Amino acid sequence: MSLLINLALSFSLLSLLAVGGGTAVLPEMQSLLSHHFGIDHTQFVHIYSIGQLAPGPNMLMVLVIGYQLAGLLGAGIVLLSFFLPSSVLCFYIGRLWNRFGENPWRRSIQNALEPISIGLMASGVYAVAKASIVGGVTAALALVSFYLILRTKINPVLVILGSGGFGALLMVYLK
Amino acid sequence: MNLESEPLESRAQALSFGDLFIQFLIIGAISFGGGIIAYERILLVEKRKWLSPDEFMAYLAISQTMPGLNSVNMAVLAGDHLRGALGAFVASIGLILPGSVFVLGIGILYAGASDHPLANLILIGIAAAASGLLAAITYRIGDANWRHLKSLLIIFATFLLMSIAKLSLPLVLLIMAPIAIYLYRPSKAA
Repeated sequence: MSLLINLALSFSLLSLLAVGGGTAVLPEMQSLLSHHFGIDHTQFVHIYSIGQLAPGPNMLMVLVIGYQLAGLLGAGIVLLSFFLPSSVLCFYIGRLWNRFGENPWRRSIQNALEPISIGLMASGVYAVAKASIVGGVTAALALVSFYLILRTKINPVLVILGSGGFGALLMVYLK
Repeated sequence: MNLESEPLESRAQALSFGDLFIQFLIIGAISFGGGIIAYERILLVEKRKWLSPDEFMAYLAISQTMPGLNSVNMAVLAGDHLRGALGAFVASIGLILPGSVFVLGIGILYAGASDHPLANLILIGIAAAASGLLAAITYRIGDANWRHLKSLLIIFATFLLMSIAKLSLPLVLLIMAPIAIYLYRPSKAA
């Protein structure tokens, strides 16, 4: 029971901290999960990767975390606590925003928050890369994926699946 | 810009909760690999004309500034705009339902197979590609910010505090937000 309450509180907090989207809270989520819930870096990156394969918002991977820790009930609680607080806040701010109309401070707060959220996303990249790039093969796979996604129109899911298959093949042969 | 220039009732009659749900459900099911906002724009502005381009941009700004996932926030705001509180609920549930089912299915498989050696090797490759994907998305979302010294400095400082100094996120926001808002304050921008 206390595990479920802990999960609900942790993910509600993460929900309200996720300024700039879910990737902004990746480092915070990772350290929280490893310190309080015993999910190590490798597991975290695996679960994150599963989220990349799913359609819809990629942060739906939080469901897998909930499922791993406390079964279907855990998945439901994590989903609710990760999506509800931020959505309710956004709902009311949206109504307030519409009432206020255009104000110079609105623009400057938006402009100010943008680079901060990009910095947080960069921290998310760093956290995921540190755990997933473990040698020459994985570094090459990450670089090739980066290039393919940025420079071509190949569906990212195909890039990721291809990297999984090709990577497994390479690592089997190199052993 | 006044977002309530058109009476809500005239729009409300044009679409049912079922239609709203199905349209966002489709987006939730087909938007692989990020870029959901793009799908939402196609639906809301181009396909159904439920929002004007201006309204969409205003809602996008709120979606990005508020905590939470941008795509979900957009569903909440557009749903509220179109059919009030229940519309917001219906649209966001539609958006996250397909992915939730998918991710839970894979998650159950993963829980059962995480010790399998081949599954592990495949996941290592997938994880490496995912970090490449995340880097690419970050680079793209950063857009013009990479070319301006002021925003580059804020990005760099935020990264240092978060990843190198390993401060907690609330603390990082507490330090960086006032500095950034000061740097972008209206008088200077004007």
